[in-house]
Amino acid sequence: MDAGFWLVFAAILFLVRRQKIVWPLAALGALLLFNQFFTPGFFRLQVLDGHLYGSRIDILNQGAKVMLLSLGMVLVISTGGVDLSVGAVMAISSAVAARLVVTSAPSAWAAIAVALGASILAGAWNGLLVAGFGVQPIVATLILMVAGRGVAQLVTEGQIINFGDPLMVFLGNGHLFGLPFTLTLVIVMLLLTYGLVRRTALGLFIESVGDNDRASRYAGINARQVKFMVYTFSGFCAGLAGLIASSNIKSADANNIGLYLELDAILAVVVGGTSLVGGRFYLVGAVIGALFIQTLTTTLYARNISADISPVPKALVIVAVCLMQSASFRERLRKLVPRSLTWHEHKP
Amino acid sequence: MRTVGSPILEIRGLSKGFPGVQALDGVDLTVNRGEIHALMGENGAGKSTLIKVLTGVYSRDAGGTALNGISIAPRSPREAERLGISTVYQEVNLIPDLSVAENICLGRQPTLMGKIRWRAITQRAQKALARLELRIDVSRQLSAYSIAVQQLVAIARALDISASLLILDEPTSSLDDGEAEELFKVLRKLRDQGLGIIFVTHFLGQVYKVSDAITILRNGRLVGQFPTRDLPRLKLVAQMMGKDLQEAEKLEHTRAGTASIRTDKPLIETNGLGRKGSIHPLDLEIRPGEVVGLAGLLGSGRTETARLLFGIDKPDRGSIRVNGRVTVFRSPRGAIRCGLALTPEDRKAAGIIPNLTVRENIILALQASRGPWSRLSQEEQEGLADRFINSLAIKTPHRDQPVKNLSGGNQQKVLLARWLATEPRVFILDEPTRGIDVGAKAEVERLINSLRREGLGVLFISSELEEIVRQSQRVIVLRDRRKAGELTGSDISVENILRTIAKDEEEGAPA
Repeated sequence: MDAGFWLVFAAILFLVRRQKIVWPLAALGALLLFNQFFTPGFFRLQVLDGHLYGSRIDILNQGAKVMLLSLGMVLVISTGGVDLSVGAVMAISSAVAARLVVTSAPSAWAAIAVALGASILAGAWNGLLVAGFGVQPIVATLILMVAGRGVAQLVTEGQIINFGDPLMVFLGNGHLFGLPFTLTLVIVMLLLTYGLVRRTALGLFIESVGDNDRASRYAGINARQVKFMVYTFSGFCAGLAGLIASSNIKSADANNIGLYLELDAILAVVVGGTSLVGGRFYLVGAVIGALFIQTLTTTLYARNISADISPVPKALVIVAVCLMQSASFRERLRKLVPRSLTWHEHKP
Repeated sequence: MRTVGSPILEIRGLSKGFPGVQALDGVDLTVNRGEIHALMGENGAGKSTLIKVLTGVYSRDAGGTALNGISIAPRSPREAERLGISTVYQEVNLIPDLSVAENICLGRQPTLMGKIRWRAITQRAQKALARLELRIDVSRQLSAYSIAVQQLVAIARALDISASLLILDEPTSSLDDGEAEELFKVLRKLRDQGLGIIFVTHFLGQVYKVSDAITILRNGRLVGQFPTRDLPRLKLVAQMMGKDLQEAEKLEHTRAGTASIRTDKPLIETNGLGRKGSIHPLDLEIRPGEVVGLAGLLGSGRTETARLLFGIDKPDRGSIRVNGRVTVFRSPRGAIRCGLALTPEDRKAAGIIPNLTVRENIILALQASRGPWSRLSQEEQEGLADRFINSLAIKTPHRDQPVKNLSGGNQQKVLLARWLATEPRVFILDEPTRGIDVGAKAEVERLINSLRREGLGVLFISSELEEIVRQSQRVIVLRDRRKAGELTGSDISVENILRTIAKDEEEGAPA
């Protein structure tokens, strides 16, 4: 089983060796390899009630929230912006869904739809501030980052709302095809997002605006529309992540749901190879980045490193991964290593 | 007439090279006490390098500078200030949110045991402004005042220390005529106090209004130093552009074809189109199959005209007609929808998308006009890219090469391809041949010719007059942000363009 896993992993690594995502993928591989040797039981998989369990499955399940957030975040960052409000939008989404599902909603489906609608509105608000009024992205989204939790508190009337609706509980805890449902959701969203940006010209416009805003406008691109759309989409992704987060704990806790997750999402995007300056974006890279961060967290827990100090090793590893992505840093490193030992990339 | 004093500043044989360019090559300059000295030259003449060496921003390679007879070599702007050289840059370099007084004293606030003495700051600021005869409330925020007043505050700040030489780098470029006149009053007053002033500007009228002497630079070399009253305008313009007048007369029509008089309806025409602080009202029309040249010195309003036509800046007067219908462009998108295309002067900042590939850069405008949802298929994109890479001979290893890796000339061709793909009816080319090699220049000119034959209208902006003369059926000459004249057919020559630029309208006769 392990050998099969590593064979597939190595094959993928080989296939993408010339692409930018080789770096986050290699980092993820290195982390998994470490666990293969040093964390007993990390690679164990077992089937219970027809469902697959194990550390790797946990990582996929636990990482789903940040993976979803990173899908929206990567597009925002590609335009040269940032969305700090996604954690707060998660709280809004979960508050709206929980409130409706325990009170007035005709069905859980309706509650979920309204919650996602509210998240889209929140994202559109960010988009309006940034694209419509020209507010700096960091300031515009900071407003909702701070105010959003207040909005969520208003919705829950300051209470933690517990719910037991089967559909709502299924979102974050259910299984499909023997795997956590969240995994299916992430895969579907990844494919949808990919289609949205790469099967249309939207991805090109996003990268163009992020790379050179002025030249893009001169070429006739509606830069405002593009920016408005990415913030709105980021809101939608945050809404989905919020539903999963509240489903995990079967309640809506406006204070704590999605807390600091915006930072993990930004980190995932950066680890995934997208520059914070904007321009080219790497959708799959961002998802791998999110997986990497989750794997790192899980590894540190498995090594019995307490949650209080785990940010320290986490920070060190992430700095290393980010440095490895920089071509100029690799060049400098190469000069330090004797020539015969280095691995040279061959240009096509 | 005032008597001109002894030299304040003497520069001898100043040289400064950058990798690939000799920015200054043995330049001499003498500025006398009580003299306003205009420093003139086109792009790349070396004006700003000269000023930067003088103020210690750059180090020199060779040559000597003496201020008040003492040899100096400042290594930083601060040192230059201490020596008595004060500089006011083109963009007002002050802090808009601080008060006028704070701006004047910033970095050298009078203190008493570490505590700022606010009253002393106010007094010092008032005194500095009084020297310029400017009486304003120094405790108000700088941004509350007009650009002209801010400019004067910048001068007051520069003069706060005991300066003997004042350098003004294009101080009037954002001022209107009245405001510039106010500034000149102050300059004359400072001159009469015995200061030496170096004044960089692109406005011919102002040079003759205010300066006592003119130094002309071209391509890093000194062309000459003249008393203003002895230098006719025509000679000044010809020297700046590097044209010998006798030679210019010989350089008559080498153009391919002189166009017959066109009766076709104009593709685009403007009526009194203008914008305050950018360009005075302008009439212009472009007909199918016509190349209209836009000539003038740097800063004469060529690019500003292109920006108004393409919907980048919004005009505040006049109108644009496209195919006879009055249209308002609220953005470049509106202009593009009407069949316009523009390759901007600043290729790097406003043209290419550096990290995208050649293919993506070529299809960008066409894709933008189709909107995000109907994406050009991969095959269509590759087909378009390959077609233009071949037809324009774009040198790139591959169509999926990031465009930033291409040479300037090939980047320019990519931009031309981007617009040709949209099949425009009016093509505005702003300095399409700047900074590209000779071969690429010839190719761009050939392309312009073929566009004309296909019935497009072309607005061709260039600072190389021969190019304009070769390509254009009609030439609009701009001077000091106004239309100075229009030449057609056999009247188009380098000499006539120079004469039109140099014509002094206030005196009513060519100088």
